[in-house]
Amino acid sequence: MSGKYVFSTSVCRLYQVEYAMEAIGHAGTCLGILANDGVLLAAERRNIHKLLDEVFFSEKIYKLNESKSRYIIYNIVETYGIPFLPSHRYLLQYQEPIPCEQLVTALCDIKQAYTQFGGKRPFGVSLLYMGWDKHYGFQLYQSDPSGNYGGWKATCIGNNSAAAVSMLKQDFKEGEMSLSSALALAVKVLNKTMDVSKLSAEKGVYRDTCIQSAWSMQHMQQC
Amino acid sequence: MEYLIGIQGQDFVLVAADNIAANSIIQMKQDQDKMFKLSDKILLLCVGEAGDTVQFAEYIQKNIQLYKMRNGYELSPKAAANFTRKNLADYLRSRTPYHVNLLLAGFDETDGPGLYYMDHLSALAKAPFAAHGYGAYLTLSILDRYYRPDLTRDEAVDLLKKCIEELNKRFILNLPSFSVRLIDKEGIHDLEKLMPVGAK
Repeated sequence: MSGKYVFSTSVCRLYQVEYAMEAIGHAGTCLGILANDGVLLAAERRNIHKLLDEVFFSEKIYKLNESKSRYIIYNIVETYGIPFLPSHRYLLQYQEPIPCEQLVTALCDIKQAYTQFGGKRPFGVSLLYMGWDKHYGFQLYQSDPSGNYGGWKATCIGNNSAAAVSMLKQDFKEGEMSLSSALALAVKVLNKTMDVSKLSAEKGVYRDTCIQSAWSMQHMQQC
Repeated sequence: MEYLIGIQGQDFVLVAADNIAANSIIQMKQDQDKMFKLSDKILLLCVGEAGDTVQFAEYIQKNIQLYKMRNGYELSPKAAANFTRKNLADYLRSRTPYHVNLLLAGFDETDGPGLYYMDHLSALAKAPFAAHGYGAYLTLSILDRYYRPDLTRDEAVDLLKKCIEELNKRFILNLPSFSVRLIDKEGIHDLEKLMPVGAK
């Protein structure tokens, strides 16, 4: 991977990482909102091919364990199995589910390593993580191909994410979001960012919510 | 030869260990502390093969402290006990197993007090009371008879004293003093050393 490191007089850039992040901007939108009583992930479902036989709906949202799940955007095969390892290694050692931030850090360490050693290209994946643990309650994290991550109250990745984030910034009510109002907000934001006139179950919008020690996954109702 | 005992109450755990460090028939040291502080509210009591005890206990202790430094919060007693057991189990089938018997006592904010019994074959059991060593054969029956889950701190100490008196009376070896500690939501407290009458 020569040319990964570019030395110039004023700036040092990792183009592969930037390209990966650029490519993610073309993928289906996904947004996450932290509410008082849970976390919500909503995602655009793009593979709407008539002949596609989708028995299991969630191609992008994966449940890691009873209180955590994550979302993958852009090129699923890249990171499908990877989070299970740190998550279950922790469970094997401590007989407790892994705390959210430790999982995020573990994955981001892997992603960062690919930007520094090995000579291979970085993972072209941005992830949203939602979960609950006893230390910090409900949490929402976002990570990108560089291995950088942050905790969020509401965020969006994928197509039109900047517009979505600015909408979320205006409408997110600090401390007053319940899951139902978060759902309403998510639908409103997706309506703007998805280029369809009306959201529906056929267009395929998934919702996953994380409630303490329970997990529910439902199709979006007709709105 | 060495003796460990733990008694769990409603909101505390009382633990005690003898203070003799021996080599064959000689008492080398009479004030050995066999308890290792894993965190503010977790104690590990460790007896067994000389050298293995301190080596293994300190290894666990430093790893628990590393976890706290890395993550900003501590491991719960249950997680610490399982971590210890996993390490012991991994080493068991290696060329260098650790021959140690352990009691792990801790207080968790959500789960309350906990006492975990672990032996050199890496068995782990959460128990209301437990003991290690030859002394266990003499004292478990006393604990069976008089233990209640709602013991107060003083009653638990009295029960402990009963056990130690029994050792003093019937155990062939002279165990003159025992370190005693109590863990509750405030942390680890050192109690008075118990020295059975008649022992030198």
